[in-house]
Formats: sequence, structure tokens, C-alpha cells
Amino acid sequence: MLPQAIAFYVLAAVTVIGALSVIFARNPVHSVLFLITDFFSAAGLFVLMGAEFLAMILLVVYVGAVAVLFLFVVMMLDVDFATLRQGFSRYLPLGGAIAFILTIEMGVVAASIAHTGAAATSPGPLTQFGSVTNAEAIGRVLYTDYVYIFQAAGMVLLVAMIGAIVLTLKHRSGAKRQNVGDQTARTEAKGMRLVTIKSGEGIDA
Amino acid sequence: MTIGLSHYLVVAAILFTIGVFGIFVNRRNIIVILMSIELILLAVNINLVAFSVFLHDVVGQIFALFVLTVAAAEAAVGLAILVTFFRWRGDIAVDDAAVMKG
Repeated sequence: MLPQAIAFYVLAAVTVIGALSVIFARNPVHSVLFLITDFFSAAGLFVLMGAEFLAMILLVVYVGAVAVLFLFVVMMLDVDFATLRQGFSRYLPLGGAIAFILTIEMGVVAASIAHTGAAATSPGPLTQFGSVTNAEAIGRVLYTDYVYIFQAAGMVLLVAMIGAIVLTLKHRSGAKRQNVGDQTARTEAKGMRLVTIKSGEGIDA
Repeated sequence: MTIGLSHYLVVAAILFTIGVFGIFVNRRNIIVILMSIELILLAVNINLVAFSVFLHDVVGQIFALFVLTVAAAEAAVGLAILVTFFRWRGDIAVDDAAVMKG
């Protein structure tokens, strides 16, 4: 069990330090990179618990998509981030107080259920659900009992995608763009004009 | 040196608290606020997976999957709103965002 304990403490320390760096980094680009570190170590924790499928999903979805999206936005926006940190010391006492209260609350709850709740009654971690792999165990439940919620999750993603496109799509009035409808609706009468020109006078548009 | 359920719960609790703390101290920087929300959701996911593994019920991991989905959608829409707001104001200070009220 010792290698597992060492792996847990290293990953947990990296997770916590990475999370602190995310909120204290002066440069938002560094914040995003620390967030990626955080996701990596959290994925390591998931692997340690035996949830390999979710660990890989975490890497693909969070590191591959969400964190890179954050990186794009941070680099695209030309913002003076120094001015955004002005209130930092002003909100530090309030934030610290609320974080302290949260910690105390969670500590009280944890202490009260330490000998009665799941932590005490659990027979230990189960990394293997039956004789199947973690991904198969998830699939067997996800595509049967939770198939409608799975479909709803797909709808959520679709709506989010359409919403993001609608919000950010910019129609510049000056830009020339192809209008297929206009092109196919073009007729002989609209596209052509017969002009009888008297010789020697030319044409005036 | 056995790593039990409480170890993972402690990590998740610390992560959650850091996320809440980050929202308060970076009140003006909405990008870092969005990242703090991601941290909070990550803490929730760690809790769900830990309980799933230690209570021998795979459903917790399925809920973690749904939380992941919603977090991705939330980040996409949040950043889209941020980009729109930046185009309109030329700044991302949250204090000015009250003008978006209908």
C-alpha cells in the first residue's frame, strides 16, 4: 500500500498547490496552465481510485477542450489584467473569512460522521465492478438506466454549442458573402438587360 | 498507510474551499472566476467518484460524467458571453456587467 499512499499524497499536494496557483497567479495565462496541471493530477487521483474511464474523459474534455478554450479566450482578449487585480487585497479578508467558515463547517461535518457514515461502513475501495472493466461497467448502467439523462446531456451540449455560436457570430455589414438563395433565384429577366444603342452615342450605364 | 475515503474527501473539500475563495478574491476578473467554478466542479467530481468507489456503486461515476458535461457547456457559454461583452465594452471588468440587466 505504500506506493499508493505516496502517489496519493504527491497527487493531492499538486492538486491543492495547483488550485492555489490558479487563483493567485498574476497572469491569467499562468492561471490556465496551473488549471491544466490541476486537471492532470485530479485525473491521477481518479486512476488511483480505479475510475480510469472518468480520468481519461477528464483529460480529453477538460484539458483538451475546456482549458484550451480558456487559453484561446485569455490570449484573444486584449485586457490589462493588472487593473483587474485592484480589488484583490480589499476582498482578501472577506474571502478568507468565508473560506475559514467553509473549512470549519466541513470539518464539523466530517468529524461528526467519521465513525458512523460511509467512511466507517465502507468495506474499502472497489476498483473492479464485477468481471468487467471500468468503462464497460459505466456503459452498462449509462446506456440502460440513465439513457434518457444521457440524451438530455447531449441536448445540453447541443444547446450550449448553438448558444455559443449565436453569441459570438459577428455579421459585418460591409463584408461580401455568398448568398446561395439569391444565386439560384436569378432569372434571365433579373440578370440581363437588352439595350438598343444608337450608333456613335455609346451607353450611359 | 491505507488511503481511505476520508483522504479523498479532504482533498475535495480543500479544492472546493479554494474555488470559493478564488471567486471572492478575484471578484473583478471574470476569467479567473470561471476557472474557480471549474475547480469547484472538479472537487464535486472527486467527491462523487470517491463515494462511488468506496460505496461500490457505479452510479456516482455516471453522475460525475454528467457534471463534466454541464461544466463543459457552462464554460463554453460563459466564455462566449465574455467575448461578446468584451467586444461591446472593450473591457471585462465585472463591475460594469450590471448594464446587461434588461
